[in-house]
Parts: sequence; structure tokens; C-alpha cells
Amino acid sequence: MDFFLYNKFGQMLLVIIVFAALIAVLLAIAWAADRWIGKGRRWAALAVFGGPALLLLAVGLIWPAIRTFYMSFYDAGTNNAVGLQNYVFTFTNTGAVIAFRNTFIWVFLVPIASTLIGLIYAILVDRSKFEKIAKSLLFLPMAISFVGAGIIWKFVYEYRGAAQEQIGLLNAFITWLGFEPVRFLQDAPWNTLFLIAVMIWIQAGFAMVILSAAIKAVPTDIIEAARLDGVNAWEMFRNITVPSIRPSLVVVLTTISIATLKIFDITRTMTGARFDTQVLANQMFDYSFVFGDNGVGSAMAVAIFILVIPLVAYNIRQMAKNRAVRG
Amino acid sequence: MKRTTARRTGAAVAGGLAFALALTACSGSDLGGGGDDGGDGGGDAACEDYADYGTFEGDEVTILSSIREQEADQMEDTFVDFEECTGIDVVHNGIGEFETQVVVQAEGGNAPNLAIIPQPGLLARLVNDGYILEPNEQTVANAQEGWTEEWLNYGTVDGTFYAAPLMASVKSFVWYSPTAFEENGYEVPTTWDELIALSDQIVADHGGDGVVKPWCAGIESGGATGWPATDFIEDMVLREAGPEVYDQWVTHEIPFNDPQILAATERAGSILRNEDYVNGGIGDSRSIATTSFNDGGLPILEGNCFMYRMASFYEAQWPEGTDVSPEGDAFAFYLPGDDADSKPLLTAGEFVGAFDDNEATQAVQAFMSSGEWANLRVTIGGVTSANNAVDPANASSDVLRLAIELLQDPDAVSRFDGSDLMPSAVGAGSFWTGMTEWIDGADTQTVLDQIEASWPAS
Amino acid sequence: MSVEATVPEVADVANRRTQRPAAATKFRSLVTNRIGSAVAVVIAVLWTIPTFGLLISSFRPEADIKSSGWWTFFSDPSFTLENYQEVLFGRASSGALATYFINSLVITVPATVIPLVLATMAAYAFSVLEWRGRDWVFVGVFALQIVPLQMALIPLLRLFSSSELLEPFPFLSVWVAHSIFALPLAVFLLHNFMSDVPKELVEAARVDGAGHVSVFLRIMLPLMAPAIASFAIFQFLWVWNDLLVGLTFTGANNAIQPLTARLAEMAGSRGQDWQLLTAGAFVSIILPLIVFLALQRYFVRGLLAGSVKG
Repeated sequence: MDFFLYNKFGQMLLVIIVFAALIAVLLAIAWAADRWIGKGRRWAALAVFGGPALLLLAVGLIWPAIRTFYMSFYDAGTNNAVGLQNYVFTFTNTGAVIAFRNTFIWVFLVPIASTLIGLIYAILVDRSKFEKIAKSLLFLPMAISFVGAGIIWKFVYEYRGAAQEQIGLLNAFITWLGFEPVRFLQDAPWNTLFLIAVMIWIQAGFAMVILSAAIKAVPTDIIEAARLDGVNAWEMFRNITVPSIRPSLVVVLTTISIATLKIFDITRTMTGARFDTQVLANQMFDYSFVFGDNGVGSAMAVAIFILVIPLVAYNIRQMAKNRAVRG
Repeated sequence: MKRTTARRTGAAVAGGLAFALALTACSGSDLGGGGDDGGDGGGDAACEDYADYGTFEGDEVTILSSIREQEADQMEDTFVDFEECTGIDVVHNGIGEFETQVVVQAEGGNAPNLAIIPQPGLLARLVNDGYILEPNEQTVANAQEGWTEEWLNYGTVDGTFYAAPLMASVKSFVWYSPTAFEENGYEVPTTWDELIALSDQIVADHGGDGVVKPWCAGIESGGATGWPATDFIEDMVLREAGPEVYDQWVTHEIPFNDPQILAATERAGSILRNEDYVNGGIGDSRSIATTSFNDGGLPILEGNCFMYRMASFYEAQWPEGTDVSPEGDAFAFYLPGDDADSKPLLTAGEFVGAFDDNEATQAVQAFMSSGEWANLRVTIGGVTSANNAVDPANASSDVLRLAIELLQDPDAVSRFDGSDLMPSAVGAGSFWTGMTEWIDGADTQTVLDQIEASWPAS
Repeated sequence: MSVEATVPEVADVANRRTQRPAAATKFRSLVTNRIGSAVAVVIAVLWTIPTFGLLISSFRPEADIKSSGWWTFFSDPSFTLENYQEVLFGRASSGALATYFINSLVITVPATVIPLVLATMAAYAFSVLEWRGRDWVFVGVFALQIVPLQMALIPLLRLFSSSELLEPFPFLSVWVAHSIFALPLAVFLLHNFMSDVPKELVEAARVDGAGHVSVFLRIMLPLMAPAIASFAIFQFLWVWNDLLVGLTFTGANNAIQPLTARLAEMAGSRGQDWQLLTAGAFVSIILPLIVFLALQRYFVRGLLAGSVKG
């Protein structure tokens, strides 16, 4: 018993065992409900399958979301109501234009580029001899924390004056070719693109994993039928493969978009959001936690949420369409 | 096929379990209850020193700080005898993200007993939000005995004293290479004009290849990029305008873009934005913005620059094996005032605030505010304290000895780091970003105007 | 089409069916194997070079890292294991690395398992079960992805601080916090995969009298294996590399903090010793990499391989 209480692994096993037991109990309830109760059956199943998750979400995310929305109409210490003042600030502060511009660029480029590269790569290595290794290489950046990624790319982008020895890979290459070294992270507006490259580097692996699974899921019957009909590979790709994995494409694009809206680590560690590289998520963190202004920070969080709505709307329409097709 | 995969999975799982079991044997996997308690207190003669703090029965006091690694080990060593004699278990947790976490933990209802706070501005915020309580009389008495009024003011919020200072660092230092100075026949400057003359001399002697410069600088520091430049400006304000103006500046009695502040900034610019003077071994003045402050002084060792203005704690950044001594590879001299008599000194430090008024908490807080603790800590090494009771001879290195002497110099006019005193929207926000833009080439007046505009209304 | 033309075609197809029938094969044959492989190789190399640079740097002494490019390592090697030594054994008095490694493991495993199970069940509720308002609630869950976890830190922490359970079980709050934050994306991803399972399978089973629990356990779970494995990897990585949630919910207590906190610690009180971070980054990659390679084989099997007949 001591093991379970006083040893970390013991506690870990304990929580897993307890959790498994709880789930077993829940499933047993659903099973019993299935056999005996007639009408309440559907609600019992819903409560068992959906209940725990929805409960956790309500406590852990919905309540804080409401609280955030509420705080966005109050001042820094959440003492006095200030109406829409925080929102005005969010959209009109000196850094706002840059932050919004950059955020849009991030949300536009990262999902598209990551998905494209992930998809192409997934197709190219599918069922090849080196599939495992190839996939691991593209996936590796995801396994590295953002701090690690920041350091890695520091060695790539580092700038030294023309008379000095370069220690950054890109500048070494550029000077070897005979050109002047480039201040990748310091010169606006291109520096944002170089930060975006880091995010793409990380997210392509995510896209690849999901799309690879989707590609493998395309039923072989359909492929054979198409081949018997004599389609060439490009038509196959455009008319069979892509439509078949379309739901996964949407999933990948949406997920990466949302992640991009939230991530501020790269900007923060590589340029400290200086040199016109500010993004909304970083501003939000600054105002909420560094400056202690809960009002403005919350307003910025809500602003980010508003930006997500188009993505959500698009997804809803896609899901409705898919449901119509599947019947 | 299936059987081999099943077997492989089984092997993997078995291996994993074995690995986990091996790890369980590690002490690191034990939770609580372990560790060595002091056990029999009172057995040591030295305990009479600790009699004032009372005796307890294994009460735990947690301290939260941003001190980590070796420095954390050293600090924890100061409590060994204290713990044994009083029976208190002092648990120190050092974390990065301290400024964020201390607020989150406090607001989340999970505050530590004590916190070591590096910014008086943050201290004020925690006091105003009602999280930090007043210390006991012993602490107040210790503080009044140990520090000058200026230091005590920084631990005071709205007239009430809340937190005694702990350690200190001196920021008005210029790092240089004694051997390089020796070789070139340079003398350590004692006035600002001599400093500039020296810089010009170096340009004349070495300025040919575009690589070697008199000064190097680096202000990059992740989310805090820009802070070394704020230190430079603060040093200049002290020299250009004087301590009274400095006080008015940090409390916003005069606006940030006051002409005196502008003048001070331009004086800093006469070095930091002077292409003849910077950035030795790395590039031009703009490259200062992307050079990390840790690396900023390294060109000195390569002979590519001669001076680096940085705080006393930079000592830890020199690569292992560097001889940091008055005749060695690296040492620091005091950033001179305008004349040989004036000694403006920019300092920094931490303050110990209590989140509750338990007796054990207050006992630890009192101990940390005492001269005994200060001497103990300085002797262990690596840091300085502004406590009057500290004997400079205890300092563990020449740089630290110099720092303590400066701190205790009655002629020195010391002021705390300005950006730590200002509200964080400025001191950890627009001042930092403004300085980065300024180094990157922006117009001085525009930058100061922007910072002024960002000062919070309240 | 004449008979002579059809027969070789059919034979051809039959041959290919026994070899490697896949849409990808056709695509590649269009672009010719060589070009396709070349492109793949180029991408792989580009993706790996930055990390490779980090690996080399982790074996170089501090002074060299800061003064010359890592590729000079090959022409002018100066090798050192000091960075790794410092990361692994530094502060040996507290059994440094082992403790943090264990903490990370203890935090990550339940924080992966719990949300996975809950999300799979919830995905079932959103795809197979029919109930009023289902789609709107799903949209809500999906939209919760955008709630920044920073906003949830303080309310959640307050909730846990008032609970007595934290004393004996300090990891409880981290596990729950991580599970909560993982749910929106998990439910979304798993729901999408689950919707791909043809309705006929489910209906056939229910007509045969199977209850929801049977359908869930016997039909859904096996088919969802690749999706579950995918998400397990992502969640493992996310928790393993996380710093903020780990710091906050372990109460900033050094003894139970994850590995990422140790790496952040090495940055030192006053700056970044990034020669240590290079080694540290690699030490912390090893386990996620193993997890990835171990779960990868689930992807090889298709989602519906051979399960639907005509």
C-alpha cells in the first residue's frame, strides 16, 4: 500500500487503475441501461459516453472562458467596469496594427504550407522502403520543445557583421556565395516570414502523420475501380485521393490554424516580439501576466476567439456536407 | 506476422516495465516523508545564535524565488544550521518564470510562505492586491539596522514597510581585460571624460579593420530583450541629471520624455549608437539588438573589444578557466561619474515578502533580514549584499569585494534599477521594447514619446 | 476494348494488387520514381539539417559554440562531453536528472491515457449516438480549442488549492489540467475519424442486438486504433514538452516538476546557457522519439483494410 501512496510510480499506477475502474463502472451502467430501461436508454448512454468529458470541459474551460469574457469589460484589477475600453485598446494600441497584420500572415501561411508539405511528403514515402525513417525525420521537429526549436534556428539565422566570421548556417552560406550577410530576424517585414518558417518546420510533421493515416485509409476497392477505368495518376490524385482524404485535410488545416493563433513561444524566444514581429497571442500573454492587466488581456483573448469564428463556421459547413453525403 | 509483432510488443512492454521498476528504486521516485530532518536540535553550541528565532516542531516554510542551479544550492546552505536549531524545515523552490508564477500561485490560492522578489514594482502590486503581509518587529529592527534608508524605501509601499532587502548587485560596472589594458598601456578611467578619451584612443590604435572596437554590447534576452540598455540609460540619468531627477523620473513626477531624460539617452547613444565605438567583434550598432547579453562581453577575450558595461553578476558568464582578477583576463572597473568625487551607483537586489503571518514564516523572514544571514551568504560565495554588517573580506572574489566596497561606500549615491521600480507595463514592457527599437535605429525623441504614452493612467 | 488488351490489363492489375496497390504508387509513377524520391530526400534533408546542427553543437565546448559555426566541427573538431555531463549529472546531490525524468514520465502517462479514453467515448457520443442539440454542442466543444490555457490556469488552480486531495497526491491537479486542455482537440480529431466508419457496420451490429457498449468496444475501438495511436503520440509530446501547465499545477515545487522545468532551470537565474540547452534538448527528445517509433506501426494498417465487402 505504501508503494501506491509514497512512490511516484505507485501513484501513477494508482490513478490509472482507479480511472480504469471508474470507466468500467460507467460502461457497466450503460450496458445495464441498454438491457433494461427502455426510454431513458439514450440518455444513459449519452451520460456515460459524453458525460465525463463534458463535465471536465465545463469546469475547466467553459467556466474560465465565461470568466475571461466577463473580465474583458473591467479594469486591470477587475474592480471597475470600463465598458468597451479594453477592446478599443486592443484594436488601437500602437502595436495593434502590426500584431494583427502578423497574426493574419501566420494564420494564412502556416496551415497551407505545413499541410502541403506534409501531404506531398506523405504520398511520396507511402509504402516505400524507408517509410519509417523518412516519417521520423519529418516528425522529429514535433518532438523538440519550442525552447529547443528556438535554439536550433538561432544557429541557422544568426547574424554577424560582414567582417566577422558567421556562425549562422544561412549567413555562412550566403557569405560563401559572396553576398552580404542578412539580418534574418531583425529586418522587418521579412523577419516574420523567417519565424513562420520555424512553425512550418514543426507542424509539417503533424500534417504528415494525420494525412498519412488518411491516405492509407482510402479503400483499395475504389482505387482498383478507378484504375480499371483507366485514369492516370494525376487524375487519380485529384479526383480520388484528395476528395477521399478531404475531411482529414480540413481537420489538419483547422487544427494547425487554431494552434497558430495560440502559439507565442516562437516569437517570444526568438525575437522577444521585437522588430515588428509581435503577434496577438504574445500581446495577450504580456498584458495578462507581465503587466498584470486582466482587462486588456481578457479582451485580447476574446479578440483571438472572434478570429477563430470563421474557421469554426467553415468547419460546421464541412461537417454538414459530409453528413449529407454519408447519409 | 501477427505473432512476431505480438512478441515484439510484449518485449517492449516488458522492457518498459523493467525500466520503470529500476527507476522506482531511484530515490527520485519517492514522495515526501523522505529526506533528512535535523533531528536532534540544540546539540550544537552554535544554536545560541539562533535562540531568538524560537523553536518549532518540524514546521515547513516554503520560499519561492527565481534563483536556480548553483546559486540556489548556495542559498539553501545558509539554512542548514538554522533548520537544525529551530526545527523549521525550509523548502526552497527556484523557478524560471518566477514573476508570472508568483502571481498565478498567489491568485490561485496556492501562495508560498515567502517569496524573494527582484522588483519593488512587483512587490507593490502584490501588496496592493492584498497578498503580502507585514513582517514582525524583529525583521523591521534587523532591516533598519542593516540597510540605508534608500534601500528600506524600496521595500516600503504606501508608507508601510513590507520586505527587507536580501542580496544586491552592482550595475555600474564596466568589464575589461587587465592584460589587454596592460599590453596597450591603457589606464582605468576615473571620470566620464577619461572614459570617452580612452574610447577614442582605442579607435585610433585599433580602428582600422572594422572588427576591433572599443566597446561591445548585447541586449538580447528573449522576452526581456532590451533590459541592459535600460540599465545604461539609468546610469546616464544618474550622471546627467542627478539622483533627485532620477527619483522623479521613476515615480513619473516628470514625464518620461523630459528633456533631461532625452539628454541622458543621447549620452548613452554617444557610445551605443556610435559606429566607431560598437559592436566589437560582432558587427555594427544594430547588431547589439540581436546579441545576447550573456555573449556580449566575450569579444573581450578575443581582443575584439575592450569594454563591456554590465552588472556584477556577469562574473558567472565568463567561460570556465577565465582568470577573473585585477591582473587577469577579465575584471571590472566602476563606471565613472562625471568627476572623481561623484559616485552615482546603480544597484539591484531582491526583497523578501511574506504571504502569511505564521510564526515559522516570520522567523525565517527575520533570519533572512539579519546581518548574520548576509555574512553567511556572502562567505559561501558568488553574491554580494548591501547589508552594513557584511565584511568585504568575506566576499568570494575580487569583483564581489569591489562591489561590496562600493555598496558600503558612504559617498556613493546608490539608486535601485529604475525599470524594476516602474509599473511593469513600462518597466517590463515599453521601456524594454523602446530601447530595442532605439538600438535598432529609431529616433530618440519618438521612442521616449512612445514610452511616455504607455505609462498606465493610475 | 479488345479481349487481348483487357487480359494483360487485368493480369497487370491482379499482379499489382498482390504487390503494392495504393494511390501513392500511381502518383509516384507519374512523377517517375526518381524525381519523387529526390524531392522526398530533399525535404527530409532540409528538415533534418537544423536539428543536426544542434546535435553537433551539443558536443562542442561553450566557447566554440559562441564563436564559430557548427559545421567547422568537421574541419576543426573540438569534442566535449561536458555539456551532457552537466545536464545529466549536474547537481548530482539531488539526483537531478533522474528525478525530473521520473516526474515527466509520471505526469505524462496518465495525462495521455485519461483524455484519450474520455475523448474516444465522447467522440462516440457525438458520432454514433443521436440526440437533440448534438451538432451544436459539438461545435461548442470544437470552439473551446481556442480558449488559451493561460486563462484557465488561475481558476483551475483555485479550485484545486481548496481541495484536500493535493497533499497526498500532488500530481492530481496536473493530470486533470492536462486532460482538460487536451479534450477539445482530442474529441474533434477522434470524432472525425470515427465518422469515417461506415454507418452500415454500426447498424448491422445494432440490428443483431448489440448495445452501445458492445458496438463501442468491439467495433469502434479496433477500427479507431490508428487514430487513437496518432493522438496518443501528439498528446504524449505535448505534455512531455510542456512547461507552463507543469510549473503552475505542481505548485512551483521543485521536487515534482517535469523535465522541461529542469531545462529551464539550466538557463540559469540570469540568462541562457544555451550550450547546456543543446544537450538538454537532445536528452529530452529520446523518449518521445521512442514513443513515436513504437506507435508508428499502427499507421501501416489501413483504417478499413478489408473490412467492407463490396
